[in-house]
Amino acid sequence: MKRSTIDLWVGLFVALGIAAVVFMSLKVANLTPQSADQTYTLYADFDNIGGLKVKAPVKEAGVVVGRVGAIQLDTKTYRARVTLNLDKQYTFSRDASAEILTAGLLGEQYIGLLQGGDPDVLKAGEHITLTSSALVLEQLIGKFMTSFSGGNSAKSNASAAQ
Amino acid sequence: MTELLLSPLRRLGHTTINAIWRLGFITRFLLAILRYSGQSLLRFNLTIREIYFAGVMSVIIVVVSGLFVGMVLGLQGYNTLSRFGSADALGALVALSLLRELGPVLAALLFSSRAGSAMTAEIGLMKATEQLDAMSVMAVNPIARVVAPRFWAGVISMPILAAMFNVMGIFGGYLIGVVMIGLDSGTFWSQMQNNVDLHYDVVNGLIKSLCFGIAVTLIAVFEGYDATPTAAGVSAATTRTVVTSALVILAVDFVLTAFMF
Repeated sequence: MKRSTIDLWVGLFVALGIAAVVFMSLKVANLTPQSADQTYTLYADFDNIGGLKVKAPVKEAGVVVGRVGAIQLDTKTYRARVTLNLDKQYTFSRDASAEILTAGLLGEQYIGLLQGGDPDVLKAGEHITLTSSALVLEQLIGKFMTSFSGGNSAKSNASAAQ
Repeated sequence: MTELLLSPLRRLGHTTINAIWRLGFITRFLLAILRYSGQSLLRFNLTIREIYFAGVMSVIIVVVSGLFVGMVLGLQGYNTLSRFGSADALGALVALSLLRELGPVLAALLFSSRAGSAMTAEIGLMKATEQLDAMSVMAVNPIARVVAPRFWAGVISMPILAAMFNVMGIFGGYLIGVVMIGLDSGTFWSQMQNNVDLHYDVVNGLIKSLCFGIAVTLIAVFEGYDATPTAAGVSAATTRTVVTSALVILAVDFVLTAFMF
């Protein structure tokens, strides 16, 4: 085979390879707002994060507005400090609240933000103060059991008083 | 009697020392390739020729295997996921299994048996017919002229082939999941995009295939260069290339996966 024909085939081969990598980057992976200059950071402290993982989505009204950047334990307060990387186009008021929610019954956990009414907005590096922890199934069942037995005993007390 | 007891022991010792000797030789061989590759990359036409024989000629087998692997992943994944009511996650399953493991590993296995064995046979036969010695006599360095272009061709071709394998596999999964079974096309792609990360999955997969490319091609050219210069020796070297490559690919894959994910 002549050299020019070989060059043509090799060129085509390399071009197809580059096309495959571009396809994987654009169509298969999410090239959405993840580079550092398109996001800003907020912090939120939780009593219990349950099964929240790094890179879990942060949603406002169900729309993904950012991702969890890091999860650390604050050694002073012993609460979990979650770093949120949020898209710069969304700002949140000072009294916005964050809670850890579960997608579906057994789905992944994510952070749900709820916009407040304060006209001042949170700047990069500030804390979301209103937080509520993840729902831990064991604690929920425990609470349900105690309230259930508590209700029973109250009822039996009442009937005994009668 | 003692001879009967000692001879397996002696053989074990011989095998061990031979293996260590070969390990040392292959390291020295890699350094020699890197040292002379400057010379051979200046004449890049040689490398392009080898990319044609190693890479372009492997496209068909890689593309077809990728398509079938993706289709199998689609069918099996759908069967298992639908049992848990999460058939929507099929796109993510297919893409993650291909990008992280199956794409780089299977493309490297195919490459080693399609192109690696050919390289070994070619270089081994050149050695058997004393072409390498003839080059040395003419003051042409056989490592710079014959070995280094093949090595670089393999290293360049491998990530490209793995990327093609991945894309064809995802297309195969799409064919089964969306076209045949009838999952929603939007869900298929959005689940994939939500769960695949560019750096974590795509780039790590490409780094893996680059490492496999280096390992497979180095083994192939080394076995050829080291082959006993007889017909039987070349055939044994070709077999060793395929077997050793397969083992090394899987072992390196384990180590890389433990580091990366």
